[in-house]
Parts: sequence; structure tokens; C-alpha cells
Amino acid sequence: MKDLKGGFIILFFFALGQFLSALCGGFIPGNVLGMLLLFIALCAHLVKLDDVRSVSHHLTKNMAVFFVPASIGVMEQWGIIRANWGGFLVICIFTTFFVLVTVGTVMQVLVRKEIPHE
Amino acid sequence: MNSAVYSSPVCMLTLTLGSFIIGSWIQRKTHAQFLHPCLTSTVFIIIILCTTGIPFKTYFEANSILNFMLGPSVVAIGVILYEQLDKIRGNVIAILTSVVVGSIVSVFSVMLVGRIFGLNTLLIHSFEPKCLTTPIAMSISQTNGGNVSLTVVTVVVCGIVGAVFGPKLLKLVHVKNPIARGLALGCTAHGLGTARAMQIGAVEGAVSGLAIALMGIASTLIIPLLNFIFG
Repeated sequence: MKDLKGGFIILFFFALGQFLSALCGGFIPGNVLGMLLLFIALCAHLVKLDDVRSVSHHLTKNMAVFFVPASIGVMEQWGIIRANWGGFLVICIFTTFFVLVTVGTVMQVLVRKEIPHE
Repeated sequence: MNSAVYSSPVCMLTLTLGSFIIGSWIQRKTHAQFLHPCLTSTVFIIIILCTTGIPFKTYFEANSILNFMLGPSVVAIGVILYEQLDKIRGNVIAILTSVVVGSIVSVFSVMLVGRIFGLNTLLIHSFEPKCLTTPIAMSISQTNGGNVSLTVVTVVVCGIVGAVFGPKLLKLVHVKNPIARGLALGCTAHGLGTARAMQIGAVEGAVSGLAIALMGIASTLIIPLLNFIFG
């Protein structure tokens, strides 16, 4: 019953996000709006953490498997990738490493030494 | 056997979950991070589809429920974010700055590589959201006139690259702070980075989840802006 309620809350906020996204012409995706609205609702104590915790942990922990159907799309895109393989590889490997190192370094420089409440 | 049976949703879903479980098992047994279950299961499923002659469209439609679940899992990150609010308090400005820098660097580097390799605008628009989680990347690619399927493939490949090599690379450049490591993994490898970050530590995992959300929001605004200025 608890997971059912949690599932309902997640779907409700997803739907709300999709609705608002459609209203603003899809400028911000519905799932992001849903996430923000759920976060705000939790902060405002409109939604109890206990109701959504278990279902959210299940969803985020198993997120990797949800990527599989989409990644099979490589079958369809193989022609485009092969025709542009150099750019594709550099973008997938080099720029990924570049962003990783930049974000990690910038954050390490800016971060306050002690982490509060830990 | 009737092809309608083995290309039915129940068989195709079983194939996906089964391949993923076998992939996870291989990674656990071999301790080889580069054998990411997403990668091994993708190869396995493509071999099965090619040998049986089941078209991608049939497979994808049968698995649409899994693809749909990406949406609710992004919404669920809002809960993780709320739970870890204490850990990031005091570092909010630092986190926001790093994410905005990361987003700009990501889009710029794609534009630059695109120019060097002479990629057309359609390809560049498809690659720009490569660091974002699939549902957000798809929406952005669609809005900017990119090839949505190509975006999805790029997102998954970048996610695997980031999740597999990210922790080692961060060690190599002496990034040791848990918040910095989590943020870097989430900003580059989205959900796949978060899955990896959660294995490293709770703070890393939570901050990484936060990074997915912030990177998504920042890029939603930054990508169209940079395209408008430099497009």
C-alpha cells in the first residue's frame, strides 16, 4: 500500500510537470519540472518523505536498466555514427573526460573544507 | 515457432532484464568496470535481434515500459535531493557555479569538436545534450531540431565512458573531495554516473543525483542560449 501511494505521488508530480511543460511550450522538460515540484512539495511538508522514500530509492537504484532499450537504438543510428566516427568518438570520450575534470576541479577548489552535519 | 510469440512484449522484456542481469553478473565476477551491464546487455540483445531478424522498432515498442520508467526515475531524484539537503548546505553557490561551468564547457567542447570534424548542425544539435539524463536530453534535442535517437545513443555511450573511467580519472587529477567527485560523475555520466557514485559512497551518490538535476536545468537554458549566440 505504501509503495502504491509512493508510486501515485511520483506519477502525479510527473503528470503535473508534463502539464506545466506543455503550458510553457516544452521549454523545460516535464520530468525536470516534476522533480522540482516534488522537491518543493517535500520542503513545504505537503508530501511526507516516508511515503515516497522507498519507491524513489528503488527507481533511482535501478535506473541503469531503463537505459537499455534506448541504447539498442545504436542499431538504427549505426550508419550515421560510422560516417562520422571520428567526431563521435572524440565527443564521447575526450569531451566527457574534459567536463569531468573541469567540474571536479572547480568544485574541489570552491568547496568549503568541512562538510556541515557530518 | 510463430514470430508473433517471440517478438511479443513479454519475451522482449524478459530478454532485456535477463541480459542486464547476466551483464551485471559478468561485471561482478570479472571486477572489470569497463564491462558495464548496459554495454554487455546492448551487445547481447543486438546479436539476438540480428540473428532472429526482429526489427529494432518491434523490440523498442515491446520495451516501451522500461523507457517510460526513465521519466518517473528523474522525478524520484527530487526525493534523493531532499534527503541529502544537509550535506550540500553551505556549498550551494559552489555547486551551482561548478554545474554552470560544466554545462558551458560541455556544450562548447561539442561545438568545437563539431567544427574541427566538420559535423553538420543536425549532428552538433544531437550531440550537445550528451551529458544529460536521457529524458531531458531527448526533449532538448527535439526542441533544437536534433536527431533524438542519435542523442539517446550518445547519452548512453558518454554515460558508460564516464561511469567506467570517471573515478580513476578523478583520482589521477587529485580530485578527492566526495562532493566534487559526486558532482563530476553526475554532471558527465548522469544516471549511470550516479549508479557508480553510489558504489563509492553515500555523499558521492547523493551529490551525483543532485548534479543530474542541476545539469539538466542549467543546460535547458544554456544550450539554446549558446546556439543562439554561436549558431
